[in-house]
Amino acid sequence: MISVKQLRRSFGAIVAVDGISFDVEKGQVLGLLGPNGAGKTTAMRMLACFLKPDSGTAAVCGYDILQNPIGVRRSLGYLAENSPAYNEMTVGAFLNFVCDVRQIQGKERKRALDRVVPMCSIDSVYHQTIETLSKGYMRRVGLAQALIHDPEVLILDEPTDGLDPNQKYEVRELINSMAKDKCIIISTHILEEVEAVCSRTIIISKGRILVDSTPEKLKEKYKCNLDEVFRKITKAKVA
Amino acid sequence: MHSFWAVFKRELKSYFTTPIAYVFLVIFLSFSAYLPFRQGFFEMRQADMRAFFMNLPLLFIILVPATAMRLWAEERRVGSIELLFTLPITVTQAVLGKFLAAWLFLAIALALTFPMPITVCYLGNPDIGLIITGYLGSLLMAGGFLAIGCFFSVVSKNQVISFVLSVVACAVLVLAGMPTTLNYLSTFLPAGLVSVIETMSFRTHFESLQKGVMEFKDISFFVLLIVGWIAASSIVLDERKAS
Repeated sequence: MISVKQLRRSFGAIVAVDGISFDVEKGQVLGLLGPNGAGKTTAMRMLACFLKPDSGTAAVCGYDILQNPIGVRRSLGYLAENSPAYNEMTVGAFLNFVCDVRQIQGKERKRALDRVVPMCSIDSVYHQTIETLSKGYMRRVGLAQALIHDPEVLILDEPTDGLDPNQKYEVRELINSMAKDKCIIISTHILEEVEAVCSRTIIISKGRILVDSTPEKLKEKYKCNLDEVFRKITKAKVA
Repeated sequence: MHSFWAVFKRELKSYFTTPIAYVFLVIFLSFSAYLPFRQGFFEMRQADMRAFFMNLPLLFIILVPATAMRLWAEERRVGSIELLFTLPITVTQAVLGKFLAAWLFLAIALALTFPMPITVCYLGNPDIGLIITGYLGSLLMAGGFLAIGCFFSVVSKNQVISFVLSVVACAVLVLAGMPTTLNYLSTFLPAGLVSVIETMSFRTHFESLQKGVMEFKDISFFVLLIVGWIAASSIVLDERKAS
């Protein structure tokens, strides 16, 4: 459902993403792993059509990111790194705004809100303004926004960043419960998360794919836990 | 179209959920009434609103950039632009939605000056047509300033910078048409160039609308100005939204 071909993007002299290619199918949860500045966020932004690639292309649900960015955005849910939102709005008003843009109206909207609000456990803050929320709640509002149209493809940039252990567990359960009928990409540098939710993992560093495998296979191959695998791969290849 | 309306609605509401709208309205309404009063609005013993309209360009130079500066600068600073442009919405729809919401807000501010025309009508027999073209000219001018402000809000992430740049740009466009400026310029520039500068100025077109003359060239001046700056905003925003 996602197919990435030779995607490349640089900022000035820095090459953030250097010709990566991969495909993700329905039912897969792909974990994009990499040290800070590896190009995870840039790659995800290009898939969500927020950034234009310098060269290469990708398709999401059959829509090309260059030819039909609106089609792509319609069919995917995207949670950005710091879950940005309109701070002066209440959670309810914000979700209604997203429904407006996504053309979810009438009964359909009520159903969508009734589904997504308990799912992300934001019932208690529904009438609060977003700027008064804690980081964990903001993250969950961002998640609710990404799930409101029940997209087939989800792109989540560090979805559990800033959450407490209980919330992390809940979000992972949520991802696991959606995994089989969606196509999900998450980025993270928390390795236990990869083991908890991902069925496949790609390790990137300096914009290049170093490894494309599953967490189990990696552990088997290197005969150690994922932390060490990660260190071995990223240190060795970069040096 | 629905995404345009969504942005439009959200933007207009945001003026009233933050103190911006109220601060703006209080300052605008008090100054727009106080300045003509100081200049002898009643002592002139004329049933027209010339004194009122003539002060508006000066007020707008400061106040319109103040409403425009947050349009995109804030969105980029907070990062909500990443949310907006990963929703199914095009840059043009978003720019137009925000611009028209801000313009409607300015129209509301202008409409709230209604006690002025009512006073004039109560005291005398004014030319209603003149008042209507006066308001139309003011609204078009506000739109022009707003489009300029919108552009500079796209250019800089910093609201102060975008405010200062748009105040300067608006002031240059207004002051270029002042008789004193034109007299000075005509001492060393050829007459043709001076008249070009004069026709580029807000003031020239605004004043002819104040005289009750609705000419195609004046209306099209404002329309072209707005379309041009808005188009420039869309192009620049598309390039710089992620930086």
